[in-house]
Amino acid sequence: MRFDSLLDSLGRTPLVGLPRLSPSADVRIWAKLEDRNPTGSVKDRPAFYMIEKAEKDGLLTPGCTILEPTSGNTGISLAMVAKLRGYRMVCVMPENTSSERRQLLEMWGAEIISSPAAGGSNEAVRVAKRLSAENPDWVMLYQYGNEANALAHYETTGPEILADLPTVTHFVAGLGTTGTLMGVGRYLRERVPDVKVVAAEPRYGELVYGLRNIDEGFIPELYDDSVLTTRFSVGSRDALRRTRELLEREGIFAGVSTGGALHAAIGMANKAVKAGERADIVFIVADGGWKYLSTGAYGGTLDEAEARLEGQLWA
Amino acid sequence: MAIEVRIPTILRNLTGGDKAVEGKGGTLGELFADLDVRHPGLRDRLVDDKGLRKFVNVYLNDEDVRFLAGLETEVADGDNVTILPAVAGG
Repeated sequence: MRFDSLLDSLGRTPLVGLPRLSPSADVRIWAKLEDRNPTGSVKDRPAFYMIEKAEKDGLLTPGCTILEPTSGNTGISLAMVAKLRGYRMVCVMPENTSSERRQLLEMWGAEIISSPAAGGSNEAVRVAKRLSAENPDWVMLYQYGNEANALAHYETTGPEILADLPTVTHFVAGLGTTGTLMGVGRYLRERVPDVKVVAAEPRYGELVYGLRNIDEGFIPELYDDSVLTTRFSVGSRDALRRTRELLEREGIFAGVSTGGALHAAIGMANKAVKAGERADIVFIVADGGWKYLSTGAYGGTLDEAEARLEGQLWA
Repeated sequence: MAIEVRIPTILRNLTGGDKAVEGKGGTLGELFADLDVRHPGLRDRLVDDKGLRKFVNVYLNDEDVRFLAGLETEVADGDNVTILPAVAGG
């Protein structure tokens, strides 16, 4: 494969079967390896689409400053594209994210503004909205409400999956901005009768839910629950256990949120076996495990890893 | 046997600081009504006249009840119910 530039190589990621984790020949699980993107995560797709759209709309002109609330991957992707296109990049990131994410952001030239750990990404969104109001010339792409985020998946990830696996019955992905699930979900629903679209939502330690008031919660503007078939909450223990299983049994070294998606995928696979139905279940490997080595997710016992992850944003 | 309900930090002022409480009922709505007897005000923080409040997520054995039958979702002894505020990811 030859490409004119790094950005041209984005997408067209491998879809690989999991022969050992799939329960039977009729019920198969497939991993879409989104870590094989330029900066190593699925977020390269929406980052590229959001910047392209902002350029087309005339919002972004050379020398502009891009602002984004992000727990890491989106910021890293935006920083890479911004560097190549000549924009300044400012990320608002919760302080309880891994040190690798910070280092990567800085390598690609992004400036980081930390938001308080308590409240997680909600706080990052709040701080970014305030900065955006204070700096009207900065461009906040706002992944949670930017249609180009979901469109990236509708126009690229979804078609790739259907082309590689026309017999797909389930699509499973982590729920964050909801862009992946909305985009791929809509694309598949229009073409695959009865396709199941399943969200795996990370359930963090208590610190992350430390809102002042339950009415201060946050639902991404992109979220449309009619696209989903169902939604599971996956705790850090199950996510870690599945991340390790994926490595042990299939050789795939993935980040912790991928374990969460795999947990939901295996749940759907077991359901299909019980019901005696065939299934081809695709789940998203959102990123590789490299950025999480310092969290201790891969060493020691599950109990130790779970304790170390308490209070961390692992997706 | 009863149904265990995990309570988020911001609602523990209503459960005397308890992280989890137990209750009974045939549906989620009945369970919340039962909890409200011992923890007055709890139900009102979870439910309004249209159903579950917008920023409240409730999971029955880790599945979001909005994709089951909402407050009509059937519950049984041994089930786990988790209440969480809606937060951002990404």
